Amino acid sequence: MMQEEVNEATSVLSVYGHTIKVTEVLQDGDTLTFIIVSQKLSGTGEYHVDRTYEDFEWLQQHLYAQEDVPGLQGVIFPPLPVRPQVNASAKVMKQLGFLGLGEWQPYCKALETFLRQVAAHSILKKNKTLEVFLTSTDPPGRQKLRRNIFNRLSQAVEGLWKEGHKDVDEFFHTERDHNLVLTGHTRTAAEKFLDVVLTEQKIAVACGHFAAALHICVENGEDPEKKAFSRVCVKLSEVFDSIKKNMTSIAVNDMNTLGLGLDLDSRYLEAEKEMLFRRTCKLVELENARKNAERAKPVKKNAMEEVKKAAEGEFEQICKVAKQEIVQLNQERVEMLQKNLIQWCEQQLQTAKEGADAYNQHLQAFIAMA
Amino acid sequence: MATSSERSPPPFPDSEDQDALDSEEVRARDSDEDDGEELFLSATNTPMAKKENTSAPASHSVDLMSDPLIEPLSNQTENKSPSELFEDLTNDINITAEGASTAENPFGEASDDFVDILGSKAPAQREEVDVTVEATADKGEVSGGATELFGDGKTRSAVQEPTSTAPVMDLSDNLSTSALLPPGSANIPDPLVDLLGDSPAASDAQKPSGAVTDLFDDEGSDIFTGPLPSKSGKQPQKSLFGEANEDLFGEPLGAVSKKATSKEQKEKPVTAGAAAAGGLPSGGNPAEPGDIFSEEAVSALPNARNTRAVNSRTNGVHSEEDSDIFGEATVELSLDSPRNERRKEATTKPASASTSVSASLAKPQSAALEELEEEEELEDKVDIFVSVKDPEKIGDGMNAYMAYKVSTQTTLPMFRNKTFTVRRRFSDFLGLYEKLSEKHGPNGLIVPPPPEKSLLGMTKMKVGKEDSSSADFLERRRGALERYLQRVVNHPMLLQDPDVREFLEKEELPRAVSTQALSGAGFLKMLNKATDAVSKMTIKMNESDVWFEEKLQEVESADQQFRKLHALVELLVIHRKELSLSTASFAKSAAMLGSAEDNTALSRALSQLAEVEDKIEQLHQDQAANDTFSFAELIADFIRLLGAVRGTFDQRMKAWQRWQDAQTILQKKREMEAKLLWANKPDKLQLAKDEITEWEAKVTQYERDFERVSATVRKEVVRFEKEKTKNFKRQIIGYLESLLQSQQQLIKYWEAFLPEAKAIA
Repeated sequence: MMQEEVNEATSVLSVYGHTIKVTEVLQDGDTLTFIIVSQKLSGTGEYHVDRTYEDFEWLQQHLYAQEDVPGLQGVIFPPLPVRPQVNASAKVMKQLGFLGLGEWQPYCKALETFLRQVAAHSILKKNKTLEVFLTSTDPPGRQKLRRNIFNRLSQAVEGLWKEGHKDVDEFFHTERDHNLVLTGHTRTAAEKFLDVVLTEQKIAVACGHFAAALHICVENGEDPEKKAFSRVCVKLSEVFDSIKKNMTSIAVNDMNTLGLGLDLDSRYLEAEKEMLFRRTCKLVELENARKNAERAKPVKKNAMEEVKKAAEGEFEQICKVAKQEIVQLNQERVEMLQKNLIQWCEQQLQTAKEGADAYNQHLQAFIAMA
Repeated sequence: MATSSERSPPPFPDSEDQDALDSEEVRARDSDEDDGEELFLSATNTPMAKKENTSAPASHSVDLMSDPLIEPLSNQTENKSPSELFEDLTNDINITAEGASTAENPFGEASDDFVDILGSKAPAQREEVDVTVEATADKGEVSGGATELFGDGKTRSAVQEPTSTAPVMDLSDNLSTSALLPPGSANIPDPLVDLLGDSPAASDAQKPSGAVTDLFDDEGSDIFTGPLPSKSGKQPQKSLFGEANEDLFGEPLGAVSKKATSKEQKEKPVTAGAAAAGGLPSGGNPAEPGDIFSEEAVSALPNARNTRAVNSRTNGVHSEEDSDIFGEATVELSLDSPRNERRKEATTKPASASTSVSASLAKPQSAALEELEEEEELEDKVDIFVSVKDPEKIGDGMNAYMAYKVSTQTTLPMFRNKTFTVRRRFSDFLGLYEKLSEKHGPNGLIVPPPPEKSLLGMTKMKVGKEDSSSADFLERRRGALERYLQRVVNHPMLLQDPDVREFLEKEELPRAVSTQALSGAGFLKMLNKATDAVSKMTIKMNESDVWFEEKLQEVESADQQFRKLHALVELLVIHRKELSLSTASFAKSAAMLGSAEDNTALSRALSQLAEVEDKIEQLHQDQAANDTFSFAELIADFIRLLGAVRGTFDQRMKAWQRWQDAQTILQKKREMEAKLLWANKPDKLQLAKDEITEWEAKVTQYERDFERVSATVRKEVVRFEKEKTKNFKRQIIGYLESLLQSQQQLIKYWEAFLPEAKAIA
């Protein structure tokens, strides 16, 4: 029965998931509008839609709130980046991490990844709201949404005691512990790497300033000694421009590959944690139902048994989906990190080679001068 | 010159006679090539000097030494008069006498002062005054003689031409060209030195090797004992003696070139007269000829020594200021110790003295010759490398200080060894700077400043807190000291300074006391204050030289620019260090992530990544150091040096001020004279006239001072700018090399990591 649903649902999406792109970001006051382009399955046309962060939230809420999907709570929902803010405070910037860098390009990249992940997800892609989100010319999510059960705030409050709950299933228990460790390390690594990138950017800026300041030392005049020194200054300024360029591209490489990778990894691990938490909640619910059923008076016994059975069925579904999801995620994580690491390494190698070439040229120029 | 020929009433009858004798003698000499007789003639007036000298020399010299104002003054006159003599000699010999009398005036003044100071020694007064005058007269005569001899030298070489080889030709060429320079330029003492170097060389035909030993035995000890009794202020001169002595002794034996000997031979016939004069003392009149000979030779000796010192120790850079500086020493020498020396030798063994001196002088000449030839090629080469290493904390608590190993590597003949190492503490470095700037600052030399004393850095060090910042501090300080010393020895004139040699060579250095109170920072502050004071003066100074006006502005703006650059580089260094730190912590967290990762391949790759990042951290750290030492410190050096450049401008300004003040005073004195004339007070009139003469000489003197300082400053600034460009180029090349190297290292790291990343599956 479920298989049929899946088949039926595949046709819901009228675009190629992997072609989804967030091509542009438009800033109007404090509002950011993202242009999303995707290729139609039929023919060669493209859908161009403009969406705000609210639209993305709308999409996510609808994905959370699907009612006819069994085991939905076992799904690791692709993580939506935190709300972007123009002129964000330091705290928000810290939350944004890599996504707050540059002119929102990393953020667009993250949104794009989110949409692609949703479109590629075996369960989520069946949801009609995604189709609407990607193709409708009218922005769908402009009205205020009500928070549903997946509200993160409530999770945070309850989480404290439930996370320590002994699991019935060894697999989930291990995974929960592992996730906890990994989430922490990944977040730290991402933060540290962000520090590296930020410092690299500072160095690039400092090199730029130095290069510019060197131009002040350039004097016009006929005096050969002055000319010689001016030439040295100009050349040195070029050198520092090269260093600046080199540093800038190192920072961009860091940001676009490993930086985004670590960021996504960290957010995915958070999503996994949320899922595991939801499952634990369900487990607690089930255990309570069982207790109630045992202790129930004969009058209520049947009703309680029903509740227990429903909960058991639901929990089973969740576990089944969750297991798949976790295996899937772990595989994807590794692939993603590998891809990022390779890209990163290749790009850094490229940059280093370009840098070496540039420095060598400068060096030769100076040797020729001396 | 004009003023001195207009009015030259010699203040003392003695010297008038002397002048007459001088001019007569010079005239006679001019007409006659063979100067043996004239030597005798001129010798007639020397005994007097000798006699009087014996009574006063010690106190006299002390006085001259202790009065800094008079000292340079007399130097100047001394330096000038020969050139005047030379100039005029070609046209009118009579002026020579007047030139000599101009030269006397300062001395007259000097002795006046002396009289004032030592008023209690009334009976000695007259005598002492006479001594000074005599001394000047002698000086003038000697210089005249030297000039004369130079003329002789010319003719001599002309005579020799058919037989002589290139070296001698060169000698005469060099001499004549350098001698012809002064009339236009302010660098007058050079020809004097050359001439004096030349004149005794003419009489060097006698046994050189024996002379060398003689020189060492007799003179060496004399030289040492001579200046010793005088005040501590005389120490530099003393050590100069010491060096000259060592060199003279050390080198003629080995290093005296064939040229010297061949030249000696060639000059033999010509110098026969001189040699005969030298030989005479043993025959008949021991006092007179011996005296004249030693007089000439001795007064020439210091000059010649200096010439030698200058020529052979400047890496071939034969600049005129060299001898200028040494002109100072020269005069002091010829005014006291050589006189003592001469006295002794004249009475003991005049012949050997004269021969030894002349022998020692032959060598300098040839050395100078060689150096002159190599001058061009050697200009850019540095034959001396100084390194400062192994900072070491000595002592405990607040009395602790840092000592550094100062190693010198050189091929210069002025040093006894090729490599030598001494230990110096930081205040020694500052002490050296103070000595140098005191001696050479007023002449307009840019004395490279040492790094400032850092209270924070030192306190940390003393407390014994060893962290990265104190290590950084020590390394910066070490590097700065090394560059400072290297700059000092790269300066052709400063390298000649006995204090520099002492600093590099001498095992134990007297403790530099003054620097303790005066920290580097304090000194810079003082410098800045002086700068401010002078810049206020600038408003008053009507700058006639556009070059200086422009340069001063350039220097000021360069100072601003360099300060800005320095701040920017320091910022860059801070970021580099930050990057190194953040890379390290990323490496750590990557390692943690790797260890937490379940997937073995990914875990491995992450651990590898951590290692790569650790290596990259090192690269960043090195790069930070590279930025620091290639640029931040270089720029800091130049900010300091720009301060020194401004200091030279101030010195020039001071010289100008002094000249202007003297002019004002002269004006007043003239007005006074006019008043007295009108009031008809002949008794006071004479005094006023004397004063006018005196101030006229001073004005001339100060004007020349000013011109000389201006010329020096100009040269120094040009040299500074050349050095600046050269320094920057060299540093940038080094910087780029290391940048390239680290980039290549980075490539290697990435190349090694790529397969690891690809292996994840």
